[in-house]
Amino acid sequence: MKKILLSGNEAIARGAYEAGALVACAYPGTPSTEILENITQYKEIDASWAPNEKVALEVGIGACFGGARSLVAMKHVGVNVAADPLFTLSYTGVRGGLVLVTADDPELHSSQNEQDNRNFAKFAKVPMFEPADSQEALEYTKLGFEVSEQFDTPVFLRSTTRISHSKSAVSLGERRTDLPEPKLERNPAKLVMLPGNARKRHIDVEKRIIDMEDWSSSQPFNRIEKGAGEIGVITAGVSYQYVKEVLPDADVLKIGLVYPLPKKLIREFAAQYSQLYVVEELDPFIEEQIRAMGIEVTGKDKLSLCGELTPGRLKKGLFGEAVPSEDCSPELPQRPPNMCPGCSHRGVFMELNRAKAYVTGDIGCYTLGFMPPLSAMDTCVCMGASIGNATGICKVLSPEEQQKVVAVIGDSTFLHTGINGLMDMVYNKSAATVIILDNRITAMTGRQENPTSGFTLTELETYRVDLEQLCRAVGVEHIRVIDPYNIALTRKTIREEMARPEVSVIITTRPCMLVPRDNLERRTPLFVDQDKCTGCQACMRLGCPAINWDAVNKKSNIDKIICTGCKVCQQTCGFGAFLEYGEQS
Amino acid sequence: MSKVKNILLAGVGGQGILLASEVLSEVMLMAGLDVKKNEIHGMSQRGGSVVSHVRYGDKVYSSIIPEGEVDILFSFEMLETCRYLPLLRQNGQVIINNWKIAPPSVALGKQAYPENLTENIRQQFPNTKVVDGLDLALEAGNAKTVNTVLLGALSNVLDFDRELWLTALRKMIPERLLDINMKAFELGCQVK
Ligand SMILES: Cc1ncc(C[n+]2csc(CCOP(=O)(O)OP(=O)(O)O)c2C)c(N)n1
Ligand code: SF4
Ligand code: SF4
Repeated sequence: MKKILLSGNEAIARGAYEAGALVACAYPGTPSTEILENITQYKEIDASWAPNEKVALEVGIGACFGGARSLVAMKHVGVNVAADPLFTLSYTGVRGGLVLVTADDPELHSSQNEQDNRNFAKFAKVPMFEPADSQEALEYTKLGFEVSEQFDTPVFLRSTTRISHSKSAVSLGERRTDLPEPKLERNPAKLVMLPGNARKRHIDVEKRIIDMEDWSSSQPFNRIEKGAGEIGVITAGVSYQYVKEVLPDADVLKIGLVYPLPKKLIREFAAQYSQLYVVEELDPFIEEQIRAMGIEVTGKDKLSLCGELTPGRLKKGLFGEAVPSEDCSPELPQRPPNMCPGCSHRGVFMELNRAKAYVTGDIGCYTLGFMPPLSAMDTCVCMGASIGNATGICKVLSPEEQQKVVAVIGDSTFLHTGINGLMDMVYNKSAATVIILDNRITAMTGRQENPTSGFTLTELETYRVDLEQLCRAVGVEHIRVIDPYNIALTRKTIREEMARPEVSVIITTRPCMLVPRDNLERRTPLFVDQDKCTGCQACMRLGCPAINWDAVNKKSNIDKIICTGCKVCQQTCGFGAFLEYGEQS
Repeated sequence: MSKVKNILLAGVGGQGILLASEVLSEVMLMAGLDVKKNEIHGMSQRGGSVVSHVRYGDKVYSSIIPEGEVDILFSFEMLETCRYLPLLRQNGQVIINNWKIAPPSVALGKQAYPENLTENIRQQFPNTKVVDGLDLALEAGNAKTVNTVLLGALSNVLDFDRELWLTALRKMIPERLLDINMKAFELGCQVK
């Protein structure tokens, strides 16, 4: 059979298709985002973005209660948001199969923490598969749906960045078409989780885990690969690949279902070796359970609890060998990400910096407002936190200091969990200022539609949430809607609203530069008149990547290939040096 | 079992590295080899450093190239080349695009862009080839075809049928950009 190259995320999407899933729902988040983006190619599946992960899971649960197979996907921290429905879904069990994909991010390539979501499997008592390449990502997704229905449980599929974003060869299968038609079917004893019903279901949950433990010891996804017979290694997920690379002669027990663990199989395997390793990233999840079985292993005493593994790090951990790394040349200038040229967030942060605001920040492209030279972000905890954090810090500050506090949040993040914070801010009479940076897209994760964009995941036109009305509805009286490309207006508005001892909201209205349908916003690039530029570097406070400092001539100049003509720099220059091509100098 | 070969692509977000590694992997797959490709693309579109690992052979396990085992460092930007030199094997090969993109600290005038990079790289790795990718891309008719020019240059040092490269390009590149990319590939192939 012909093989094609698929990323882990593409393979998970394909797995859902082959399993006969009818519904897929998610909130974007690196490294999970491409799962839903790829599912849209399968027209049989109803695919949608939810405003947050809790809603995504609730939609998935609804579809599963209707009798359909449904897939829900999110990044690791998304599961924190979805944890409430998750823990009780574990009690109700399913009707159609439900697979919840958690895409973890060891090494924090694009995240605010590196929590190990295998712990959620144990905590919520939900079984978890962990693939080691794209073929397994496809197979385990399909298997997940089967096991979900067989054991009446939701099933986790855990990916990591290196699985989701690596491509490897995959052979495809056909879609299942023999599944029962979804229809209403009442079953309150199972689906209405009042204490009386839930107590009984809890007993089923505990039994289910024990049953699965026995069953999984004889399943092919937990397999032993014989080597030279001297060292034994227990591993799972991407770590398996590094073990094969670094210890090619070891005997390996590769675990496909990381919760519940196949204890019988582990005991049989472990008994054969005097030297037994457990190789896993982040927490000693497998190791601790094996130790609790009374088996001695080498694991986190040699391998780090922080960051991801690589072949070199594994070698270094096990044998103490020095390995080269790209951090060997610290003298080279770093190349951190920066907001795009013409990004509508940039001027706002320059003004927040100048106003010496204390910015409770949030998560999105605008988090880059933390980087110099903008340097205007003081806190950033999790999505939606900016507003609650502003309320809280104002509670403990003097009235003068309270006026410095500004919460800054993007449109997608505001609808994700920021709106609740705003309700609280008004309800409990805070005095802080909130800026909603409405660029009409979820930009950070690669530009996904959301309820402020007016389009759905499948590009259908839909109602566009009116943020101003929404803020009014929760009781905000002072709302200012501004064009963030107008720097004088942005400055004046920010200062006025910071000074106001009541809740106020500033909404900015320019779309993200990278959204194709808003490309009309891209205008003629500017250039710097070298005679007028005095080298004062006022424009350098913007940190626009299109503006370069010419250290020899001591003047600014613009890279016209990337300049979008937003004219924000023009307004920072006191000497009229920034001109449009064709304009007289 | 034939040894696994490792190519590390490095550069800056927006240079077309991900498409290049896609084409490269497709060539290997069509040649009947096992292939794995891996990259970090969370923030890549916002001008940060980008790397992509491509590994091929009879059987590939890790999609990350073991540190110190890079056979070819295929780099789209001068400074980025230096960042990843420590990962190269002794006697490894380097193909560099002669293009400097100022990182933020340099654009802001806080740091200088390092000098004499090519000489320093050559000293450590004599097998270094510098390609004037941007010039050739402009000659082909579009600055954005730099990645295809560079693939042409890479194809010279790899042992795969020319037809495989052309088929992969036809498969991965949109119809309307195909002619110009074919020309870019050709120009890359002529680099000695
Ligand atoms: C709970 C959670 N879900 C998802 C993410 C991933 N994520 C980071 S920022 C972001 C949204 C950014 O959109 P927006 O607030 O509109 O700001 P923009 O990037 O457009 O400036 C998402 C989805 C996350 N960090 N945490
Ligand atoms: S992707 Fe959009 S929101 Fe993000 S930095 Fe670029 S222009 Fe700004
Ligand atoms: S007009 Fe100025 S601020 Fe806007 S993108 Fe061009 S150089 Fe940057």
